Amino acid sequence: MTADPLLRMRSITKSFLGVRVLHGVDLDLYPGELHALVGENGAGKSTLMKVLAGVHRADEGTVELDGTPVSFDHPVRAQRAGVATVFQEFNLLPERTVAGNVHLGREIRRRGRVDVRAMERATGDLLDELGLEGISPRAKVRSLSVAEQQVVEIVKALSQDARIISMDEPTASLADHEVEVLYRLIGRLRERDVALLYVSHRLKEIFDLATTITVLKDGQRVDTVAAGDIRPAELVRTMVGRPVSQVFPDRLEARGEHVGKVRLDVRGGGNEQVDGIDLTVRGGEIVGLAGLQGSGRTEIARALFGMDRFTRGEVRVDGRRVDPRSPRRAVRAGVTLVSEDRKTQGLALNQSILANGRLALDAVWPLGTRRRSRRLPAIFGSLELVARGGHGQEVRFLSGGNQQKVVLAKWLAAEPGVMVLDEPTRGIDVGAKQAVYRLMRELTAEGVAILLISSELPELIGMSDRLVVLDEGRVADELPGGSDEEAVMALATGAPPEQEPGRSPDRHGPHSSGAGPGENGPRSQHEGAAP
Amino acid sequence: MNRPSLSPSLLSPRSLHRRLGTTGLVYAALVVILAVSAVLVSARGASLFTTANTVDLLTRSSLLGFLAVGMTLVILCRSLDLSVGYVAALSTVVAATVMAGDPGRMLLGVGSALGVCALVGLANGLVVTKLRVNPFIATLGMGLVVKGYLDTNFQGPAGEIPAAFQTLGYARLGLLPVSTVVMLVLAVAAVWMLARTRLGHHMYAVGGDAEVARLSGVRVATPVVTAHVLCSVLAGVAGLLLAARFGTGNALVYDSGYELEAIAAVVLGGTYLLGGRGGVAGTIAGVLILATLDTVFNVLAVDPFVKDVLRGTIVIAAVALYARGQSSRAAVRVRFPSGGPPPPEAAPDPPGGGGPRDPEPAVGGAR
Repeated sequence: MTADPLLRMRSITKSFLGVRVLHGVDLDLYPGELHALVGENGAGKSTLMKVLAGVHRADEGTVELDGTPVSFDHPVRAQRAGVATVFQEFNLLPERTVAGNVHLGREIRRRGRVDVRAMERATGDLLDELGLEGISPRAKVRSLSVAEQQVVEIVKALSQDARIISMDEPTASLADHEVEVLYRLIGRLRERDVALLYVSHRLKEIFDLATTITVLKDGQRVDTVAAGDIRPAELVRTMVGRPVSQVFPDRLEARGEHVGKVRLDVRGGGNEQVDGIDLTVRGGEIVGLAGLQGSGRTEIARALFGMDRFTRGEVRVDGRRVDPRSPRRAVRAGVTLVSEDRKTQGLALNQSILANGRLALDAVWPLGTRRRSRRLPAIFGSLELVARGGHGQEVRFLSGGNQQKVVLAKWLAAEPGVMVLDEPTRGIDVGAKQAVYRLMRELTAEGVAILLISSELPELIGMSDRLVVLDEGRVADELPGGSDEEAVMALATGAPPEQEPGRSPDRHGPHSSGAGPGENGPRSQHEGAAP
Repeated sequence: MNRPSLSPSLLSPRSLHRRLGTTGLVYAALVVILAVSAVLVSARGASLFTTANTVDLLTRSSLLGFLAVGMTLVILCRSLDLSVGYVAALSTVVAATVMAGDPGRMLLGVGSALGVCALVGLANGLVVTKLRVNPFIATLGMGLVVKGYLDTNFQGPAGEIPAAFQTLGYARLGLLPVSTVVMLVLAVAAVWMLARTRLGHHMYAVGGDAEVARLSGVRVATPVVTAHVLCSVLAGVAGLLLAARFGTGNALVYDSGYELEAIAAVVLGGTYLLGGRGGVAGTIAGVLILATLDTVFNVLAVDPFVKDVLRGTIVIAAVALYARGQSSRAAVRVRFPSGGPPPPEAAPDPPGGGGPRDPEPAVGGAR
């Protein structure tokens, strides 16, 4: 294991649109080793992986494979060189068989014609070798579970004689028993002297599997350690420890009539992705939904806004029970969602700023929108929306920050009582971020209840009055605003907390240890329900 | 890890679909339609399976079959060809004028007609892949170009097909018209090509997801261009058959709406209009279904407008059925499967209904 590294990446630097996402990162991979890459959302893990895969090209730095410098300008080049990547979105054809997918682009031929039998045999042999007899090479990929599809991806990589396989959050979409299969598979791969690069948020997995851990933070390599030399708590500290550089605007004096009243109340909400969600948001309050990607944050937002639905539990808005079965109903009930993907879900890119601003109004209240739409110019003004072409300009020409302001204006015009903001500052510049923060403070002062989802922990902690931390689709716990990042990360990654060793594993009482204003809501309800 | 297939009711369309696959379902539908038609026709005191009717059915299907087999290849690649009607018309004219009634020039006529069609297909394919023009527009435009050429140069019949070639249009081997045999041979060749050659595999790959294909090292343009060339050549063959039947070249056959009928047959045969799924075997069944309907309507002397209504309804119903059988299985893991469908007793409350809700205490209500 102390031989020469199979792969040596040196001082890799990469910028997107002038923003540096990788600052001179070094990484070595050895055969048979599993190298875990950890860090917060946005630390640069995926970018580093994509540089290795040939999806992105590094601006600076060198990549050496077996001591020879290489430069992959296309993913196929990397694959041919033995570097395979299993991305989160699978690169499989659902309508084709397992064998057809594994050999796509490299079909086995005999006398000029494709030998389907031979491809099935080769794929079956690989599957057997990996102890995965359950998957038939003839099955259509569409009929496989997500975990099985992932296995097919890995088999595809192996059939190209990959010596390095990197995996981007391979367990993000797997159930527990499926993770076992992956563990076994990883063991077999290491026996075959494949070097593995593994990105994951889940600390348990990292400590189960990794031989070496590299921590990235804000695009820089903080540390590379042997997995045995570090404890989970230390690792969390290394991942998040950073100077507080952002300043968030102060809370404003409350003046709205709804301030302090419960505006959004979810009891036992659940569907296929989340379960047992209890949430209370009062007027004038910002509640942050913390959690890793895939922990159920966006799913809750979608359910509240009627894009998916809760199949269990109940939702109340301003004390009235609602069933948001469609976005239209949600808006009418006073709930709006600023979605995480503004380009595909938030805006009609080919239409003008003004048309986008009126979109929700015109759609949901076909009559009598005049009064509301008259407020639009004022809303645009208060958001400091700067558009050189005036309000008739098409939205696609605007910067990300201004586009986000248009989305916000669209929903503000609907005068919502509850706003769900899913990653409201993603991909926008610092100035626009500050404008969004100020707007949030302004809205809460007027009595709007805000549910904030953000992958940027400092932002979430700095803006929220309370934090609800999700893990695996359930509420892990509730923390007061201003908690430290380590506490949030520890809850979200399912790492054992150091101070409370005796905590019971079941999470049915999310409020049992919650300290803060959220405690009042459910308790008074329980008392009221008692005869 | 294979889940057991649980099919509670064997006769529901969905479980049938699962057992037979889409192609099997289309053939089952063909059998059902043939049976129903035979009953309907015999109720009128006639017989569906007379020599005349059978030959009529098969002859109809050979013409449509050439066009639909080619269209299947193009649609599998997630493209489309709206120029096949015009290309077939072009083929009749080129063949008839080159042959000019001389039996010695038959091969030359066939070769030049198919060559010209191949060039049109090549142009279609290159415009779609290299200029990245939407195939709908690209082939519609190409069709109009061909139409303009035909309209300016050929009013009325052109050239002459020698008698020897004309017999191809009518000759039969027993009950089977020669043209049907040729069509079936070409269809089998296409099935083999899709299943057993790299080109065929890549057609499915490109149609299924061009980006996945590209990232797997497939040259994305090649299958699409090839499919367009083959589609146009097959349209040319259809044109040769038309020419043999008419005895001359006739530019006006483009008015018959062949391209849409071919697309209808492909879709009826279970090929997914957005590519990557389906095959030629299903298309042949689709062609036979449409031909059966035509023959039956003819025998029963159904009003031509009702005929179109029925055909349209059947195509739409078939595609709706396939869409139902195709359970949309997104690659999202179900974390809490107990969620399932919403419980029926939880009647959704209209959000506006602010009436008094009985047992639940109002949140924060004073007691």
